[in-house]
Amino acid sequence: MISELFTTTVLIGILASGIRLATPYLYAAIGEAFGQKSGVLNLGVEGQMLLGCFAAFYVALTTGNLWLGLLAAMIVGALMGLAMAFVTVNLHAQQGISGIGFYLFGLGMSDLLFQKLLGTVETVKGFPKIYFPGLSDIPGIGEIFFSQNILVYGAYLLVPLAWFVLNKTTLGLKIRAVGENPDAADSLGVSVARVRYFTIVLGGTLSGIAGASLSIALLNVFQQNMTSGLGFIAVALVYFGAWKPVGVLAGALLFSMVNSLQLWIQVLGIPVPSDIAVMMPYILTILVLVATVSRVRAPSALTKPFERED
Amino acid sequence: MTESNLLPSGKPRIESLEMRGITKRFPGVLASDHVDFDVKSGEVHALLGENGAGKSTLMKILYGLYHPDEGQILLNGKPVTISSPNDSINLGISMIHQHFMLVPTLTVAENVALGLPSSRGALTDLDRVSNRILELAKIYGLKIDPDVYVWQLSVGQQQRVEIIKALYRGAALLILDEPTAVLTPQEVDELFVIMRQMTRDGHALIFISHKLHEVVEISNRITVLRDGRKIGTRPTSETTKQDLANWMVGREVGFATDRGKTDLGEVRLQLDGVQCGSDRGTPGLRGVSLEVRSGEILGIAGVSGNGQRELAETITGLRKITGGRVRLEGQNVTNFPPGELTARMLSYIPEERMRDGVIREFTVAENMILREHHKQPYSHNGLLNLRGIASHADTLIKEFRVKTPSRDTLAKNLSGGNIQKVVLAREISREPRVILAAQPTRGLDIGATEYVRGQLLEQRRKGAAIVLISEDLDEILALSDKIAVLYEGQVMDIVPRENATPQMLGLLMAGVHPEEGAVAVK
Ligand SMILES: Nc1ncnc2c1ncn2[C@@H]1O[C@H](COP(=O)(O)OP(=O)(O)OP(=O)(O)O)[C@@H](O)[C@H]1O
Ligand SMILES: [Mg+2]
Repeated sequence: MISELFTTTVLIGILASGIRLATPYLYAAIGEAFGQKSGVLNLGVEGQMLLGCFAAFYVALTTGNLWLGLLAAMIVGALMGLAMAFVTVNLHAQQGISGIGFYLFGLGMSDLLFQKLLGTVETVKGFPKIYFPGLSDIPGIGEIFFSQNILVYGAYLLVPLAWFVLNKTTLGLKIRAVGENPDAADSLGVSVARVRYFTIVLGGTLSGIAGASLSIALLNVFQQNMTSGLGFIAVALVYFGAWKPVGVLAGALLFSMVNSLQLWIQVLGIPVPSDIAVMMPYILTILVLVATVSRVRAPSALTKPFERED
Repeated sequence: MTESNLLPSGKPRIESLEMRGITKRFPGVLASDHVDFDVKSGEVHALLGENGAGKSTLMKILYGLYHPDEGQILLNGKPVTISSPNDSINLGISMIHQHFMLVPTLTVAENVALGLPSSRGALTDLDRVSNRILELAKIYGLKIDPDVYVWQLSVGQQQRVEIIKALYRGAALLILDEPTAVLTPQEVDELFVIMRQMTRDGHALIFISHKLHEVVEISNRITVLRDGRKIGTRPTSETTKQDLANWMVGREVGFATDRGKTDLGEVRLQLDGVQCGSDRGTPGLRGVSLEVRSGEILGIAGVSGNGQRELAETITGLRKITGGRVRLEGQNVTNFPPGELTARMLSYIPEERMRDGVIREFTVAENMILREHHKQPYSHNGLLNLRGIASHADTLIKEFRVKTPSRDTLAKNLSGGNIQKVVLAREISREPRVILAAQPTRGLDIGATEYVRGQLLEQRRKGAAIVLISEDLDEILALSDKIAVLYEGQVMDIVPRENATPQMLGLLMAGVHPEEGAVAVK
């Protein structure tokens, strides 16, 4: 039975879905990385994703326009980010606690809206695979890399983009400074509040897209609590990736590949208890986190509210 | 505008800046009480005052970090509003803070570029910033590498980055809040060269320091603050160090410390070939042997980074000893945990008092019982006795003249010098048998310095064995009975006070044996 895993078709299948499954992690974790780089830990990612997930699905279903659905998810995510920014920046709330609050809000609200507005599980036709003439037809490679939908490609483009913004722009310099020594940034006239508002709202927007990628690009349904912890994994991936976009990419891929593997194990009916199979990616996360986290230092001001003494 | 009105950076000078009637209240403190202060282009105006007199507060108001309750600021005769650092930077005012404001994980160039518009719009222009830094460095004779990370730099180098930051922003007025507290004498000289050049170019400088000889050397005018009030302003040429000291404190201050004679008792602390590792680059300890007797002060001299920190940490049990032995009152205590050493009445006055000496978010009273909190009368059966703690705190506050609104004020709201007094009060009031004091007077005003030194001598008279680590040679010579010089983690020599001269210690600190004239073999 195990040998079934090693046929070419299955291997290609595992790789293709692994690439695809990394999408929501990438959007959410890159967004979270911006927040953490500026010193804000947002544990509400999961809630932002759930609401984005629902908004995208509902708007796409009712208007028939996927792009409007995506836009709705972005707006909902951005608004959630705005609320989080207000609570952390202006009210100096304890970030871990307020994040959990936003998670619970997103969880409950998406469920409520689902009950009121939909009632049953429905499906939409999600973003289609893109066909690249020539490339998509290459055996293996074509299926793995050149027959994914637009949101998948967007997620991978985000990685170099995020790196560029963080390392090559004045905005990125401000973000890094604010996360390490907000007093120093403040003393040079950099608005700590404005920088953090920006990163948190950006993070919310990207979490919204992450949610949308589930409901209108990958799974094309909406169910209660359908992110099932994915947003929390995204937070862990930021630590795993040592606050670097490339590191986040590596983490997301590792995680989604293992996930894809366990899905295929179940599909093929290989006799591994399904609970164990499902746990594989999570166990892996814990192990890798334990191995990596002690090595790299988090931004010094992470989770610390900033306030001038006066 | 004529050529001569411009600074080398091309920015206009600040011909005059005037603060009028500045008042600032903090809970329980009037930190600034109708203070007038002014500074002109081309001069260094020094600001003097005891710890907590309100110097930093006044300067933070000028820089826009604090908002005054009353008062007015005039720039070239016109009133201006400064409500944030952004405003002051735009007006040409820069500040070097008492605690540096650098981002250690960024490079020098990135620290300089932070918050400034880039010539490439949204993209950074670090290559151009680096070039400009090198240009400025050349004009002012500063050695600096724009591409290294700030965490790799020594304190003196970090200060240069702060100065470059200000010059780069075209600062016409620069506030230097205790810039010399952490510098070696050589680094102070280098700083003064830069400051003189800046005033020649037409900058206006405000300089804060507790070291009177520095103030006399570099300033044109001196203003003295006491308890938030301005006592007066005088040209430097019309004052002496002694005048200034009396003026600041409001009474006669003695510079000479009378050590008196004590009888030496038994050996209390003994180090035998102690070795240990280090953090970054510094040598650690490489076989250090020392002994201190009851009633004796052993001074540890040396240039910062030659093993002083490691020595303090090994004696107090904070760092693992990899070779050799430490004995406390004859008993082997090598690698004993700090708590055990405390119980044996070892007291420690740490160098970084903000980090290691107090808990910033605790009150003064709580900080005063940190070591003895589990004992009578501060607690009983695991419950704290608040009344006992309060009366203990009140006694110490009075005895040690700690300037604080109340015993329930948080430690972080005290001025630097008063935090030091809290630590000292706690460590000395328990009648320790051995005291390790690291830079005990750094950042203290002269009154407090005199007081701390007096306290150490008093403990010596009572029979404590004291190890005094200090980079201030005057302090070492004033207090020690014998002096050990640390160089690259080793003891160069141990000399009795009577035989020591500053010249000889200076040579030893540089790794040269005076009589041999030879460089120590590593
Ligand atoms: N943020 C604050 N909150 C409450 N009190 C403060 C605050 N900042 C300063 N103070 C108080 O204001 C007074 C003046 O402090 P300031 O720091 O200006 O003194 P300083 O002259 O700079 O002293 P030092 O020489 O020790 O640096 C002190 O009594 C201090 O406790
Ligand atoms: Mg001060």
